[in-house]
Amino acid sequence: MKIKYERPVIKKMNAGIMDKFGMPSQYDPVKEIDGVEVKQLIHQYGSPLFVLSEKQIRRNYQSAVRSFSTRYPKVQFAWSYKTNYINAVCKIFHQEGSWAEVVSGFEYLKALNNGVPGHQIIFNGPDKKAEDLRLAITNQSLIHIDHFNELDLIIVICEELNQKAKIAIRVNMDTGIYPIWDRFGFNYENGQAWTAINKVVKASNLELIGLHCHIGTFMLSCSAYEIATQKLCKLAMRCKTELQNTIHYLDLGGGFPSKNNLKGALTGTDSIPTIEEFAETITSTLLSFGFDTNEMPLLILESGRALIDDAGYLIGSVIANKRLSDGRRATIVDFGINLLFTSNWYDHQISAAQEYSQYTEETVLFGPLCMNIDVVRYSINLPLLETGDQLVVHKVGAYNMTQWMQFINMRPAVVLIDTKSSPHLIRKPETLDYLELMEELPTYLNT
Amino acid sequence: MIKLKNNIATSENGFIFNPSTGDSFTSNPIAAEIISHLKSGISTTEIKTILLKKYDVEVKQLERDWEDYMLQLKEANLLTF
Repeated sequence: MKIKYERPVIKKMNAGIMDKFGMPSQYDPVKEIDGVEVKQLIHQYGSPLFVLSEKQIRRNYQSAVRSFSTRYPKVQFAWSYKTNYINAVCKIFHQEGSWAEVVSGFEYLKALNNGVPGHQIIFNGPDKKAEDLRLAITNQSLIHIDHFNELDLIIVICEELNQKAKIAIRVNMDTGIYPIWDRFGFNYENGQAWTAINKVVKASNLELIGLHCHIGTFMLSCSAYEIATQKLCKLAMRCKTELQNTIHYLDLGGGFPSKNNLKGALTGTDSIPTIEEFAETITSTLLSFGFDTNEMPLLILESGRALIDDAGYLIGSVIANKRLSDGRRATIVDFGINLLFTSNWYDHQISAAQEYSQYTEETVLFGPLCMNIDVVRYSINLPLLETGDQLVVHKVGAYNMTQWMQFINMRPAVVLIDTKSSPHLIRKPETLDYLELMEELPTYLNT
Repeated sequence: MIKLKNNIATSENGFIFNPSTGDSFTSNPIAAEIISHLKSGISTTEIKTILLKKYDVEVKQLERDWEDYMLQLKEANLLTF
């Protein structure tokens, strides 16, 4: 009986003082996701493959709702479609009670097709086409105005349709986070937001019912939300006292972080505030502001990333190993930045899907693209992988399945593992036919 | 002929020390085994034959990994030419 083989490897020992963050944790293999073996998933659906855990999505959602609704009486979540708009994913959030938050015409139609009533669709974004707005006004959706051109367009469309539109304005502001996200909406500090509010209230066919802000993304500071909530509350109160216009809801947007490792962050995930902490800050600010008990505004949240990132996995396979000119180890895998847009700003946690010895090697992880920029991790300690071995990338549920590229390689399948551990194909892998479906060949070239 | 530098110190559990540079290395069992064979002066072909008999590995795989290992030793400044 021969001994199990492992390729020979030496590792230089670096003597020095340990930093206060300690040594890397144990690299345990991840052989299954929600009770389904990684090997079986790849065998059945191919490699690479996105895998989503329905159990984790529901757990995240319920936990976030609980964090807010145990502290404040009127809370509503709206699923951020751009974070992941695969219908199966959206349906899970809608089943849980989430409204839809969309930022384009096609996302709006997707929400309607997913059975969301018009009045439970929030329409954000700077690029709402006239036909999108017509539909949204007709359906009594909540339109969050981004700029004055849009405001004027809505007034004209409402006149055409002879219908009132339900309006909120998006407000940008200084919350102590720099750079300020001032490209969306109307500024609070320079008075632009108040001007927009006045214009909406004066327009006979617009009904100002909400105020919205979205102060940033992957926010690591709760105090910024305290400032944002304060400022929206002040605006709402001013609307009531000076314009006799009651604001029915305050939409604090999203921006809550997931537990991913931001590149360059020294403290890893330990310094990331929990949703509980954000909830405590926002709701305590709202409750102490001084609204009448019967006029407390509905609190809307559009969290995306924090609700789905850790429910998503990308599993893939090793194509080859090589050594670079400076002696570094390199491993080429079948998933790259074409599928992992978020690898631009995260050092994604990556696990092997099978057992190895305790020996590891510092490795550069390259994707499969014939492009120099295709690097998934510039430095990661991995076990001694061989061609065909499988890897699991963690926390990829947000943005990767919407920002992925069909570039050099096709986009792979997406599988949802239900709460009873049964996998379901929710997006087929792309094919050449699919890719060429929208192409037209001029007849003179068709020879 | 690949040869380990004369003054390289090795231990049974895979610890390698290069006194001329002060560098020390850890190695996995097969890497330590190859070093010990190299130290004893056995030829490359003989070492590979021993490994093929002992380990569950294809010739092609061993050849690939051998090349890679020699690059690691060279990069670590442990070989003499």
